[in-house]
Amino acid sequence: MTPNHKLDPNHWITLYSDYLFNYAISRVNDREIAQDLVSETFLSGLKSMVNFKGKASERTWLTSILKRKIIDHYRKTNSNKGKAEVRMGYSYPTESEGDWLEERVADPFGKTAEDVMENVELGDAIYNCLSKLPEKQARIFELKTITGYDTETICNELNITSSNLWVQIHRARTALASCLEKNWFKA
Amino acid sequence: MKKKLFISHEHAKHICDKRQYGEATFTESVALSIRVAWCRLTRAYSKKNNKLTSTIQDAKMNCLKQTERKKLEHQFEKELNKHQ
Repeated sequence: MTPNHKLDPNHWITLYSDYLFNYAISRVNDREIAQDLVSETFLSGLKSMVNFKGKASERTWLTSILKRKIIDHYRKTNSNKGKAEVRMGYSYPTESEGDWLEERVADPFGKTAEDVMENVELGDAIYNCLSKLPEKQARIFELKTITGYDTETICNELNITSSNLWVQIHRARTALASCLEKNWFKA
Repeated sequence: MKKKLFISHEHAKHICDKRQYGEATFTESVALSIRVAWCRLTRAYSKKNNKLTSTIQDAKMNCLKQTERKKLEHQFEKELNKHQ
């Protein structure tokens, strides 16, 4: 395969920060840690740009760095866990004796690993579709739909009118619906 | 009142979008329901739009808030300037 992908760090934040953040948070389940991991990913990417061979897309390459960061994060937390082990006193006879059986019963309404995996994959699929939209349109959609900002806040933040916001939202929703239809529902 | 309740397909689409975010008024919602009842196109759009909303809700997606994004931008720009 001939290397044909190039790196342009000037656009990394705009193009990939939300995708990478969603990727990280769905795996570490902590907003602050996810932000740190994304920040570290960009910095590592910057430092190892010379190693980029151009065989994968910019996003794939950054995601592979993030994956390694996530593994490192879990390695670190696991080694810390050994030092601060929480001991549960199930063997002590107390007033709550016998409760442990109930506590350990599986929650039938809890999410299974497959459900969680599907959520993560669906999130990735939506971000794949979002990345095909014009930059501003994708950002407006994210702020409105995912972050849940109200119309006025977005209009002030991005300096647009409310009617312009709804036009962009409409275009984004139409494009996303057909993209997901092709790549998620029919796949 | 009649004008408010009998709306065009384009207007119905706009209301349907607003409704996904809980921003359609009661009158607008009634007007949309009337249109959906007899217009096949509006019904199809509405169905597709609702499906998109529930899909996004199922995915439990996250993205950076403006302040978080600006903080990240600021940190990265510093490093980028050193690098260039």
